[in-house]
Amino acid sequence: MSIFVDENTTVIVQGLTGSQGRFHGLRNRDYGTKVAAGVTPGKGGTDVDGIPVYDSVKEAVEATGAIASFVVVPPRGAAEAILEAASAGISLVVCITEGIPAQDEARTVNILKRDFPTTRLIGPNCPGIISPGKCNIGITPGNIALPGGPVGVVSRSGTLTYQALHELSQQKVGQTTCVGIGGDPVPGTSFVDCLAAFEQDPETRAVMMIGEIGGSAEESAAEFISTSMTKPVVAYIAGQTAPPGRRMGHAGAIVSGNSGTAQGKMDALSAAGVRVAKNPTEAGEIMVDIVRSL
Amino acid sequence: MDLFEYQGKQYFERYDIPVSKGGVAVSVDEAVRIADSVGYPVVVKAQVKVGGRGKAGGVKLASTPEEARQHAGNILGMDIKGHTVERLWVEHATDIAKEWYASFTLDRAAQLHLLMLSVKGGVEIEEVARTDPEAIVKVHVDPSEGYSLSQAMNAVTKAGIDAEVRGETAKLLVSLYRCFVEGDCDLVEINPLVLTTDGKVHALDAKVTLDDNAMFRHPEWEEFAATDTTDEREKSAKQRGLNYVGLDGDVGIIANGAGLAMSTLDVVSQAGGSAANFLDIGGGANAALMASALDLINSDSNVKSILVNIFGGITRCDEVAKGIVQALAEVDLKSPIVLRLDGTNAEEGREILADHISDRLLVEKTMLDAASKAVAMAATKDSKG
Repeated sequence: MSIFVDENTTVIVQGLTGSQGRFHGLRNRDYGTKVAAGVTPGKGGTDVDGIPVYDSVKEAVEATGAIASFVVVPPRGAAEAILEAASAGISLVVCITEGIPAQDEARTVNILKRDFPTTRLIGPNCPGIISPGKCNIGITPGNIALPGGPVGVVSRSGTLTYQALHELSQQKVGQTTCVGIGGDPVPGTSFVDCLAAFEQDPETRAVMMIGEIGGSAEESAAEFISTSMTKPVVAYIAGQTAPPGRRMGHAGAIVSGNSGTAQGKMDALSAAGVRVAKNPTEAGEIMVDIVRSL
Repeated sequence: MDLFEYQGKQYFERYDIPVSKGGVAVSVDEAVRIADSVGYPVVVKAQVKVGGRGKAGGVKLASTPEEARQHAGNILGMDIKGHTVERLWVEHATDIAKEWYASFTLDRAAQLHLLMLSVKGGVEIEEVARTDPEAIVKVHVDPSEGYSLSQAMNAVTKAGIDAEVRGETAKLLVSLYRCFVEGDCDLVEINPLVLTTDGKVHALDAKVTLDDNAMFRHPEWEEFAATDTTDEREKSAKQRGLNYVGLDGDVGIIANGAGLAMSTLDVVSQAGGSAANFLDIGGGANAALMASALDLINSDSNVKSILVNIFGGITRCDEVAKGIVQALAEVDLKSPIVLRLDGTNAEEGREILADHISDRLLVEKTMLDAASKAVAMAATKDSKG
């Protein structure tokens, strides 16, 4: 099985007519994802390589029965697009947009919690979600993921996620689902959400998590793992040498004073029984060992 | 982006948060002129983006033009924790009765805004949190609901703000929240928020961090961006559209993706070296951007070797390779490059580079091997002086 998506997930792409939307939307379709429609206000009635485009999410959902949306919309319109999807009944919104203002993001995530509690937002500023061989929503290169499980992957980073998938796939260790939760300060989906789903998923037998400096999501994950997780978890935290007070690329990757350090996160995860690797290669090696001994 | 105190105060004024009358000066004469115009006594304050300037002698009271001149002369050019004072803020001195603290920021764990309010201001809030946590009122604000005057009244009452100025303080908090949200700040902090001897409440200091992601809807931030960094490397990176943080080591780093770039710093450190910078060329980088990144790293005199770590997803390794070839032709590279290419079109990339491999350009198979090699080459160059 997989978490959050599967081979039946029908997807619309908000922003399909833009260059990014077209590129990634068509790549997702080529991978085998059921990309049923696109949405761009004012472009209804046109199509992108045979995929019909609608003016609104509501129309696209009525026409296709889609339950998921891939939001590829520039920062100034992304928050609105997420809320439009939720109000049209979409249950999974994947937003890759980098650079959404933090105030917009905080407001949007809280509106979702209050008014659309059944809608899950993955991202923003993430590579998306892939269940190898079944469904790929986002920008993850499908060819580096290997179907069949048994590893679930969850990560705050994009390229580092590809690195992790690559380390596993090279050793013929497959993945059930890989979720990029994104590098922003207020993500719609947390490590804990993904860990809980992987714990429930019978085909996932071990989980790799890739965190980074900033915030306390990894500490919350450690707490969850120690109380509620039976499956083995391997972790790597990026930014062990990052200086405090500097934003390292991602909006959320910043050590503030003594909080949000890689060491603090590594210590919390170790104390929760997680095997903590010092680099992504070692994380891959540890995971391969664990999978071979399952 | 962190603002200087004077910029923070100017920003506060736009949202009707009361601040002292003052002006910014870059010379002694200008400081005295401002002092004359705002009226003595004045406070001459060093403008640096680091705490502890008072203890360092960067904040002085002046009662006469002579004193203002003397203090301004002493403080301009002063070094405070590695920051050179280039600007002064000169403001009319305030008669302080009480010092309080107020801030709004994002509580990432709760995904809500957080107000912190305390009648123990004028000292580091972390210190108060440690010694007297009860003295800080912490209230979450739902970003989808906003912040009302009645919520603010509750907070000031709970914090123990003097009864006669509760209304005024609550109004200030509502304005501060509006500045935080509409002004797209990551942090607004007033420490101290003062009660004057004549019963007024106002911001004696201003700490404001702006959210860089909101730059597109704040053209007025241009002036803040102009004074944002004094690091020449960072200024140059910004002009080139590169995501760069200057560091102290000697291995120059180029990677695609923030996570991979951070991770590259980590493995360089694990190999016994130290990175000269963080540089993320982003997703979908083309040859021109890659060449520009190499040119930037090459201009850093601390760099002794360059580690290029690329995992191609959207970024195509053949484009990266072309960028390196272009840089080899156009830039007089002072340091050897160690390259690791994986992912999309990695084979094509390696083929493009095949004819260029030398002791100035090495290709390693894995990220760890590449890091070790780059660190070793930086050390060799070091020993040669």
